[in-house]
Amino acid sequence: MSVTTLHSSALAQRQPSWLVRLFDYKPFLIVMCLAPAIGLLAVFLTYPLGLGIWLAFTDTTIGKRGIFIGLENFQYLLTDPLWWNAVFYSVFYTAVATFGKFALGFWLALLLNNHFPFKSLLRAIVLLPWIVPTVLSALAFWWIYDPQFSIISYLLVDVLHWRSSNIDFLGSPWPARFSLIAANIWRGIPFVAISLLAGLQTISPSLYEAAMLDGASAWQRFRYITFPMMMPILAIVMTFSIIFTFTDFQLVYAITRGGPVNSTHLLATLAFQRGIAGGELGEGAAIAVSMIPFLVFATVFSYFGLARRKWQQGESND
Amino acid sequence: MRNDLTRRDALALGLSAATLAATGAAAQTQPSTIKAADVPAPKLEIEKGASLRMLRPVRFVQADEDVFRANAAKFTKETGVEVKVDFVGWEDINQQTAVTSNSGAGPDIIIGFSDAPHIYIDKLIELTDVADYLGKKYGGWQNLAKAYGKKAKSDTWIGLPFGATAGPLIYRKSILKSVGFDKPPEDHAGLLDLCRKLHKAGKPAGFALGNAVGDGNGFADWMMWSHNAALLDEDGNVTINSKETIAALNYVKELFPNFIAGTPSWNDVSNNRAYSSQEIALTANGVSLYFSLKNDPATAAIAEDSEHQLLPKGLAPRSPMSGLTLNAMVFKHSPYPNAAKAFLQFMLEKDQYEPWLNANSGYWSQPLAAYADAAVWKGDPKVAIFKDTMNSTYYAGYKGPISTATGAVRADYVTVQMFASVATGAATPEAAAAEAEQRCKRYFRRQGR
Repeated sequence: MSVTTLHSSALAQRQPSWLVRLFDYKPFLIVMCLAPAIGLLAVFLTYPLGLGIWLAFTDTTIGKRGIFIGLENFQYLLTDPLWWNAVFYSVFYTAVATFGKFALGFWLALLLNNHFPFKSLLRAIVLLPWIVPTVLSALAFWWIYDPQFSIISYLLVDVLHWRSSNIDFLGSPWPARFSLIAANIWRGIPFVAISLLAGLQTISPSLYEAAMLDGASAWQRFRYITFPMMMPILAIVMTFSIIFTFTDFQLVYAITRGGPVNSTHLLATLAFQRGIAGGELGEGAAIAVSMIPFLVFATVFSYFGLARRKWQQGESND
Repeated sequence: MRNDLTRRDALALGLSAATLAATGAAAQTQPSTIKAADVPAPKLEIEKGASLRMLRPVRFVQADEDVFRANAAKFTKETGVEVKVDFVGWEDINQQTAVTSNSGAGPDIIIGFSDAPHIYIDKLIELTDVADYLGKKYGGWQNLAKAYGKKAKSDTWIGLPFGATAGPLIYRKSILKSVGFDKPPEDHAGLLDLCRKLHKAGKPAGFALGNAVGDGNGFADWMMWSHNAALLDEDGNVTINSKETIAALNYVKELFPNFIAGTPSWNDVSNNRAYSSQEIALTANGVSLYFSLKNDPATAAIAEDSEHQLLPKGLAPRSPMSGLTLNAMVFKHSPYPNAAKAFLQFMLEKDQYEPWLNANSGYWSQPLAAYADAAVWKGDPKVAIFKDTMNSTYYAGYKGPISTATGAVRADYVTVQMFASVATGAATPEAAAAEAEQRCKRYFRRQGR
């Protein structure tokens, strides 16, 4: 076997091509790897969001290109009682429904965290309201709340004879508002319960054992172990829940379409009615954009307000 | 709820849709009585290699689609122009029209609703020559057809109406008789008295005061027009905040306690359900309710005991009942405008239109006066009331020029919610009218710009 030395020209031929060298260049490789994801986000998220925000500053209508009008849409909304009503109900709906979902969801999570027969099956069943398409459950609630054919009214009037007339769930503002909140709570409990159950599963049993040895009551175990340990997951789930609830559309649109007397309009349903049905794209976009500050505030509040590490460790807040 | 007529029903009306679909020839059992004047047709040079795409709202009854498709096939056979017709859900037609208009691509022809051509006026071709010819040939266009078909304050046609459907009163004869009425009175006081008595009898009236596209707006329009109130004046100025509107609001405030509970939450199907289940004895609805009752053996007796009546006129000179109108438009982006116009003209000619009108059993009424003699109006007397729907002088946005904003006001339920807020005590009549005025002015702020 003879050893031959390579000529420099041959060495040069062995040099990797410019394309290979380009891909060996780290910054370029990073850009290339990120490009598809950035492209998708730009096309499907940034562009629609940007367009929506731009439309809010124009007087675009369906069928007619608009012109830039600055803050005019927002100035009008500030004088529009219906927008204020939608702001009020969006906040009220979110606050009450989120409180209801978390109170009942946490309770359900604690129950499901115990050992009992058919535990896995029951946990799966609990998820059903969340799995069912929203419009389907909305239609079911629409029937449940129907002024003439409500199953609840039927039970109370015709079966139990506790009432002489049907309940008018959706015919006046406050009953309609609470009926929608009840539907939202029913739909949202599983998400909260299963998420919190996942959090509960991560708490070490040794903490409870130690507490029991120290003579801690059930309430004290909840107050000093469960609740602080659950704070991070509570913060995340609450943030998501607030966003989902505040931006709800399907339930309200399918059950009341914002009625009666516009009392159940959320900002999302009002934006749709004005922007798409009413054809005022600019104004509809402005209503949608007006949701952003509320969402940012709610997110920041729930995230930073709840995810305080010192608090979780039993110390006071700064 | 079933509201389809069977093929046999269509046959009974003097048309075999099956035969028509198969042969492309109308199978009328009786000779046509439609009078047509001898008028020269406009010369429309159909473009070489033309083909057409068309959208229209989905059928009420199967025979509507069968005959429409058969007529289109007949046009293809006679001219060689392929016509692809797509039927679209009622709630989707506006969005699809908007996309077509904005993108400058898509169907050549769309049959939209009522004011659609006025919204997309810049994107449409004129249809005046075809409209003038058809008008002269078939006894003239009816009022509603002129209102929706012509560009505001001009004789330029931008749409060709194909028909309209209305929502008159439907009531239970036996129940009205039991409270001392042969039929609903024409005056406001009498109607209030009837509603009070029906309420006492446990079979109240019920009219939609919720966000119901057809029924809610229909009730609000009727209440305003029957008090001589109007959304706009002839020049397009917003006149909703008037003493006439306040009077209408005060009247509904008195009327509302006599309605069945829940009407502020009613949508378009709520009154159908309440009437079909015999919860109410009086409401306003299109002919679909009557047919659904008539065609179901379980409810045929209710249909037998039901009667239609034009909306009571109150203070108005005539019944203030408008109609949802099918309105055809041809887009400028169509490479075959002459073929499109020729097709619409063909579809509105006697040989095609009369069988189609008959096949619809009264769901749609004609835009051209001569078709009032069609066989469909000589059948069921309870359907005959719909014959003159397009004679109405009332339209969405009455008394003003039709524009984008008139449709927007309806879509945003401005007048419906004005009545609902007063009926439920959420606002005084004055406050409700002022708020509606503010909203309307917002919509109409750009008209004429």
